[in-house]
Amino acid sequence: MKVLTLNFLSCAVKTCKSSSDSFPLHPKEAELAKDDVEINPQLLVNVLPRIDWAALRTTSTELGFPTLPDQPPTAEELEADEKMLQELHTLLMEMQIVEGKLVCGHCGHEYAIREGIANFLLPSHLV
Amino acid sequence: MASLPSSSAAPAVARLAAAAAADRDAEAEAEAYERAHVHGVYQAIAPHFSATRHKPWPAVASFLHAQPPRSIGLDVGCGNGKYLGVNPAVVMLGSDRSAALVALARSRLGRPGDAGVQDATKTQGEVMTADATSGGAAISDVLVADGLSLPFRDGAVDFAICVAVIHHMSTRARRQDAIRQLLRCVKTREVASGHVLVYVWALEQGASRRGWDEGGEQDLLVPWVLKSQTPRAQKKGTRGQKTNNDDVSVATTGGESSASTAPMVLAGEAAGTTTGGAVSDPVFQRYYHLYRKGELEEDVLAAGGVVITSGYERDNWWVVAANPS
Ligand SMILES: [Zn+2]
Repeated sequence: MKVLTLNFLSCAVKTCKSSSDSFPLHPKEAELAKDDVEINPQLLVNVLPRIDWAALRTTSTELGFPTLPDQPPTAEELEADEKMLQELHTLLMEMQIVEGKLVCGHCGHEYAIREGIANFLLPSHLV
Repeated sequence: MASLPSSSAAPAVARLAAAAAADRDAEAEAEAYERAHVHGVYQAIAPHFSATRHKPWPAVASFLHAQPPRSIGLDVGCGNGKYLGVNPAVVMLGSDRSAALVALARSRLGRPGDAGVQDATKTQGEVMTADATSGGAAISDVLVADGLSLPFRDGAVDFAICVAVIHHMSTRARRQDAIRQLLRCVKTREVASGHVLVYVWALEQGASRRGWDEGGEQDLLVPWVLKSQTPRAQKKGTRGQKTNNDDVSVATTGGESSASTAPMVLAGEAAGTTTGGAVSDPVFQRYYHLYRKGELEEDVLAAGGVVITSGYERDNWWVVAANPS
């Protein structure tokens, strides 16, 4: 699962949705792999408004990547900053969590990731 | 996972005796029922099912092509991922209840690191690799999730599709809740809400050989026959679990009238029991709710949405819905 995807995910438990602690989910014992994806500045610029920046900062730090700036770059800034482009491209689009867990900060439920696929099926008492 | 008895003499279509109970007390039963008659079945027939699913429905393909390049969309109930690459300019996040189907979908995405995993079901002319100029497909992703407990945050995406999924949910409340979940994921801060395409099997199938039409029973069990042609596959097929049968299997689904049916109860282990045959292909009974005309639009409204447009396409009803502005 790509780091980009993680930015769109919150806890699957309905009662967690209203809690800000259910997003982002926290990687645990994450094993990372890097895909080779051709850099596409236009794609990054377009995806950027869809990203929750504060959550991405948290994720980046938790995965051991460099701390991101407080505020997201504007489209112009991003297009002009090759280093930032490359860093965000690698983090969002190339990095994958292939094994590990995602933990909800609200209910503590752990979702397993195996062979790159996260499983959000809930045990019956959490549905 | 439910393991239904195998038989070649299964009734073509089994009617449910009672109307689907829509009250909350039935929720657990509905879940257990769907586990047996939807989830378990797809898990077991995944490779076979996948091998028979190639062509995108035209209404779905045109909806996907209408989305702006680099927008982000959900495919809830993505199955083997056949819609993930239809418009390679958009980013798709696919989810499905079946881990087996999600694994197939992932292999279609052709993730580096999954080298050697090749899916023979890739459709001709389908573009799965990154388009150099748009490239949304290069960052598409898949995961395992239940349509009624989607892990996506509110307003996460620009659009969503849900094709041939909610007709597997056994109460009206659950079908409406599934639509509510989809609408939640496209609820944006902006004025215009993202669009959701929902596609379901129609009751009105006058042009097909299945024999279903207006006024008929809407809640059905429809058999899926894992037809195997090699002795080895037949032996292994007793529990319906196959690993690689793309080359030895032929799908036969539905196909006959509902006249020869036995009454069935909604919940319970025995619901899918079929009469025993000597040497037989495994038969899996899938639950379907066939939508009558207008019902899908009613469900959108009940889910708090508005209907943008709707239509009928070869035995299916579809609707494009949004959140009210
Ligand atoms: Zn939670």
